[in-house]
Amino acid sequence: MNPATTRAASGDRAAGAVRRPARPGIVAAIARNTFREAVRDRVLYLLLFFALGLILLSRVLSMITVGDETKILKDFGLSAIGLFGVLTAVLMGVGLVFREIERRTVQVLLARPIRRADFLLGKFAGLALVLAVNTGLMTLGLYALLALHGAADPGLLRGIGLLYIEQLVMTAAALLFSSFSTPILSSLLTLGLYAVGHLSWSLLLLEEKLPPGAGRAVSHAFYWLLPNLDRLDIKAEVVHQVALAPSLVALAAVYGAGWVLVLLAGACAVFARREFV
Amino acid sequence: MIPPRGDGTAPSSALETLPLQAPPRPAPRDPAALRGRTPALRLAGVRKAFRRHLSLGRIPVLRGVSFEVVPGTIHGLLGPNGAGKTTTLRIILGLVRPDSGTAEICGRLASDPDSRAGVGFLPESPWFYDDLTAREFLEFSAHLAGIPGPSRAGEARRLLERVDMATRADTPLRRCSKGMVQRVGMAQALLGDPELILDEPMSGLDPVGRREFRDLILEQRAAGRTVFFSSHILQDAEMICDRVTILDRGAVAAQGELAELLGGNIRFWEVGLRGVDPTGLIARVAVLRTSGAEVIARVDSEDDLDRLLAAVVDRGGAIRSVAPCRETLEDLFLREIGAPRGGGAR
Repeated sequence: MNPATTRAASGDRAAGAVRRPARPGIVAAIARNTFREAVRDRVLYLLLFFALGLILLSRVLSMITVGDETKILKDFGLSAIGLFGVLTAVLMGVGLVFREIERRTVQVLLARPIRRADFLLGKFAGLALVLAVNTGLMTLGLYALLALHGAADPGLLRGIGLLYIEQLVMTAAALLFSSFSTPILSSLLTLGLYAVGHLSWSLLLLEEKLPPGAGRAVSHAFYWLLPNLDRLDIKAEVVHQVALAPSLVALAAVYGAGWVLVLLAGACAVFARREFV
Repeated sequence: MIPPRGDGTAPSSALETLPLQAPPRPAPRDPAALRGRTPALRLAGVRKAFRRHLSLGRIPVLRGVSFEVVPGTIHGLLGPNGAGKTTTLRIILGLVRPDSGTAEICGRLASDPDSRAGVGFLPESPWFYDDLTAREFLEFSAHLAGIPGPSRAGEARRLLERVDMATRADTPLRRCSKGMVQRVGMAQALLGDPELILDEPMSGLDPVGRREFRDLILEQRAAGRTVFFSSHILQDAEMICDRVTILDRGAVAAQGELAELLGGNIRFWEVGLRGVDPTGLIARVAVLRTSGAEVIARVDSEDDLDRLLAAVVDRGGAIRSVAPCRETLEDLFLREIGAPRGGGAR
């Protein structure tokens, strides 16, 4: 070791070389680190490879299927972006916090003047950035195929935007579940929420079929308590070029963002009480 | 009279003392001058119990632990495995909440994240981000430590040099050995020149690394910083600590300045002689061992020592060494935790 590189006195500290870091800076630093970790993770490339493969496969399917080739291409492409985006959000999201706890890296980070909520927000922001890049690459792949058909429709971007917000909802849910359970259980809970979120309309059907009373009230309450992810799914409308009011898309985006905030607040509340033994 | 070692430790053998040159050790700050300042760390009546599996009862880990760490000193938290050292550190760092009692860093409650603004922590057997290089990890840690952007790269470089990792700065941490990761961990703890909290800092290091870490800790104290570390390697603690707290089964068994705890009393003297058989020279002398022509004898009082030395000179013998043997930290530790000598702790 080289003692010459050690500072001579604690007077250096008094000179203000170190200060309490600003909270946005902390969140950004953790987000950047999370992004860097993720882009060095082979799982991400595997998922991206399959997603792009599926988008390319849609070209083959469109040729051998009866129907409008362009619509099949769009439908298949958007589905691939949605499915692999959610898979990436869940698979990477559930490991984000758990891995830090298991390897005890979280102890080194939280031994700094960092609020636990900032740590979680940084993790979320990092994965949100990964998902943005991921979705961006898949979107480029889809538009490249559509351009070959002369059918590059900018209207698809609204659907892709809402699919991205759905991925953020799933990331927040994965963070919430992984802040108190194992990755396997967190994956199951998050995917369960995804399934329930896309089937919540059935609660309305159930409500209609139930006689007035407690059962109907419970069904109604669950419909409003659970996220309705179908609101974020406008694939059919954009593929078939159905006119959508901009306010409808904006409301859906706000609805999704609201769920992100609720789930993140829950994750922060659980994480704040957690002990790292 | 031959003085004891400069570092205050008792030699294990008189032959070891022949060179009579103790390694230089920076003088500790006068604890009396530092008393009255806000303690660097303070625990008051801290209790903690963990839930058993399936929530069947609770296992008490800390039972009312109280102690203070004087600023600018090296304070060792000692104890056998399971004594509660790591839990104590985690409570100080806000990673675990005490059931009752308070923990403070420089007068601020440990539950306040801002209390850790001037603290560097090295966990036991650290494991950092595998995919990051040592340099990337240090620059990331520098950001979290509040070091301004333009200084981060320079600080990372300086500290990697300091822990002898400059040549491995761009090696991913997954390819680093345990000792290298420990060095990187020490470098990240040193970012921003903070007060240090170290959990078993010497574990996983080879003898050279242990020596280097000891020197580094002594340098921190010389620079006016506080170092609080847990260890069950008593030799290391004895060499560098100003004060110690000994934990046993979750309670403080002993604490105070090391010199006071060990006492200045010399338990016996070891005398290395050549060319003379000490048996029979005086009444109370024992031969401990012989090494070639040299005999190591033991006397229990200063009067006996004077008589023995005079008798040896009269008989034409040579005095090769005289070493006072005081109580060691190991003796104190084993006494306080009630363990038999030669068992258990290192």
